[in-house]
Amino acid sequence: MANIKLINLNKSYGTVHILKDVNLDIKSGEFIVFVGPSGCGKSTLLRAISGLDQVSSGTIEIDNAVVNEVPPSKRGIAMVFQSYALYPHMSVFENIGFALENQGLNRAEIKTKVEAVGEMLQLTSYLTRLPKALSGGQRQRVAIGRAIVRGAKVFLFDEPLSNLDAALRVQMRMEIAKLKRDLPNTTMVYVTHDQVEAMTMADRIVVLQAGRVMQVGTPMELYENPNSVFVAGFIGSPKMNFITGGPAEKLQAKTIGVRPEHFEFSIAKTDIAGTLDYAEILGSDSFLYVTTPTGMLTVRQPGRTEYKTGQKLNLKPIAQHVHRFGENEMRLQN
Amino acid sequence: MLKRLQLEPSRLLLNFAVILIIALWTFPTAGLLISSLRDKNDIAASGWWTALSSADRKQVGRMKGSADQVEKDGKFVIAGNLFDGVDAAAGKVSAFGTKVQTPGANPVGATVTLGAGQTLTVSVDGSYVLTSPTKFADERGARIFFVSSQPPRFTLDNYQTVLFSEGIGRSFINSLTVTIPATIIPILIAAFAAYALAWMKLPFRGLLIAIIVGLLVVPLQMSLIPLLKLYNAAGYFMGVPSKTYLGIWLAHTGFGLPFAIYLLRSYIAGLPKDLIESAQIDGANDFKIFRRIVLPLCFPALASFAIFQFLWVWNDLLVAIVFLGSGPDQLVLTGKLNALLGSRGGNWEILTASAFVTIIVPLTVFFSLQRYFVRGLLAGSVKGG
Repeated sequence: MANIKLINLNKSYGTVHILKDVNLDIKSGEFIVFVGPSGCGKSTLLRAISGLDQVSSGTIEIDNAVVNEVPPSKRGIAMVFQSYALYPHMSVFENIGFALENQGLNRAEIKTKVEAVGEMLQLTSYLTRLPKALSGGQRQRVAIGRAIVRGAKVFLFDEPLSNLDAALRVQMRMEIAKLKRDLPNTTMVYVTHDQVEAMTMADRIVVLQAGRVMQVGTPMELYENPNSVFVAGFIGSPKMNFITGGPAEKLQAKTIGVRPEHFEFSIAKTDIAGTLDYAEILGSDSFLYVTTPTGMLTVRQPGRTEYKTGQKLNLKPIAQHVHRFGENEMRLQN
Repeated sequence: MLKRLQLEPSRLLLNFAVILIIALWTFPTAGLLISSLRDKNDIAASGWWTALSSADRKQVGRMKGSADQVEKDGKFVIAGNLFDGVDAAAGKVSAFGTKVQTPGANPVGATVTLGAGQTLTVSVDGSYVLTSPTKFADERGARIFFVSSQPPRFTLDNYQTVLFSEGIGRSFINSLTVTIPATIIPILIAAFAAYALAWMKLPFRGLLIAIIVGLLVVPLQMSLIPLLKLYNAAGYFMGVPSKTYLGIWLAHTGFGLPFAIYLLRSYIAGLPKDLIESAQIDGANDFKIFRRIVLPLCFPALASFAIFQFLWVWNDLLVAIVFLGSGPDQLVLTGKLNALLGSRGGNWEILTASAFVTIIVPLTVFFSLQRYFVRGLLAGSVKGG
């Protein structure tokens, strides 16, 4: 059981200001995902929590104790690296048992614990192998096993799936989600740039941009009520459409955002008129790319589409799903 | 494959250069080895490249005198073998003669008429028959010159000589006594230093690394005498004699350290950062990370430095002359070889065998660890070697 509290966290490398006044409250047992474009500081934030990097100012609390000066090994955290960081000259058993060895446990205790973890992650028959003899997914499991065996209160994942191929990534995503169910009291912080991972796994998502926390909320909150143009554009695939000019001014906004699935087709000339440029038909959905005076709009239709390339279309945003943003790109409250 | 070779001139050039280097290396080494295994008379008579073919040698023998003559069918006959009383093993006679200028005047098997009705026949195996109508008078037999072809002979006698009576064996031990500690001590120190300079947060770390790189280019000759004076002064202060093995170990350690630290640091710094951080999170302290993670992983770099240092110390003459005495208990191989060159300059069998004893250790080290040698050469330039 461990909550994490970040208060006014700042981190600079020389003159480069990476993290800017980060405040965050992570509840015990929560699965938190940091998401953002590359270079937004999400990995830096994770490393600050782990203790591998020192922060420039601000405090980090784990389990209600300030840990700024506590070395990584004493923070009760475990970390899974993007590269897995398995020790290449040690067997799977030694890799998993290394942390226990450092804690001064005797051989019998180490053996019991490592074997229990091996069983949990289906690694029992691989314990004597070296990491190079394992597949990508197995290596990932060993890395996770190293985190589990220590009984850490907080797990930190640094883009753990980005080295895997697409199919394996889906499988490992489910395994990590299952791991979270098996360890309900463990707080997990997960960094990714993949918003699908964020949406599917997170209890709450933290969206970062240029070192600032833009929004914190459950996946559906972020999807339905993004508080800025950035969050609105980052969450959801395909991207939300942003319309400026006439249609936006009509709603007293600088910009309005409409998700691809929130358009209606109409015949009224008052709506947004455009030409179907290209249609992607995926079977379950069709994505229509429509050229309009305000730019290219993406429209999602369930199932197949009956529209043909070059056809004129009138699009009408569904009123209750329109997001209005003001001059500063922040959400306008109604 | 062949087509590709022909199409790429740079590849051809590379192959040619490799072959040239191999040839430049192999021929002298092979010559040395073959010469050292040959009989000392053969070395003097012909080059090592003829060692496998039979050598023609001009020899001289003396026939038996009048005491051994027997009368047979009214003739007086002296029979014997040319190889009796001649050193070296028996060969095959191909020609013979009675004058020193023409040892090959008559083919073997021919019967030659000498003056006063005497005839001489020599057969291939060296047996001869000399006949005369009158009784032989000379007590000493006549000299006979002949060409014999000797089968190739190889022997380990030269090695036995140099190892046990020329003192090379003792010097070999001395060289090992110098080289092994002088290789291990710098590795022990440099590995720690390299880890600290690569992964630990130290004040002035960059400056320290710059100084070490700077020390790489300090010439040995420049620091030799100040170092010796310093060592002697310290030795005098502590009551230690000036020429000891400890002194030369320390000297070689000092001269080897900058390169050792530089090589190992660049290798260790190239290890993935995640590994070190993962170990930190796993609760390992710096010493444990060094011992359990870094040391096993930088074994190739350690091995390649060990080769460099071993070869350099083994082949060193200058430092050995300055820091060690010239008595039999301290003279190293290079010094001994140098001394032999003066005292036994004409004895090729001694010199070649001694030289080969000297290079056999570097050759063994090189061939057994050569894959690390190549990796070590790349260690500075390619991350992770």
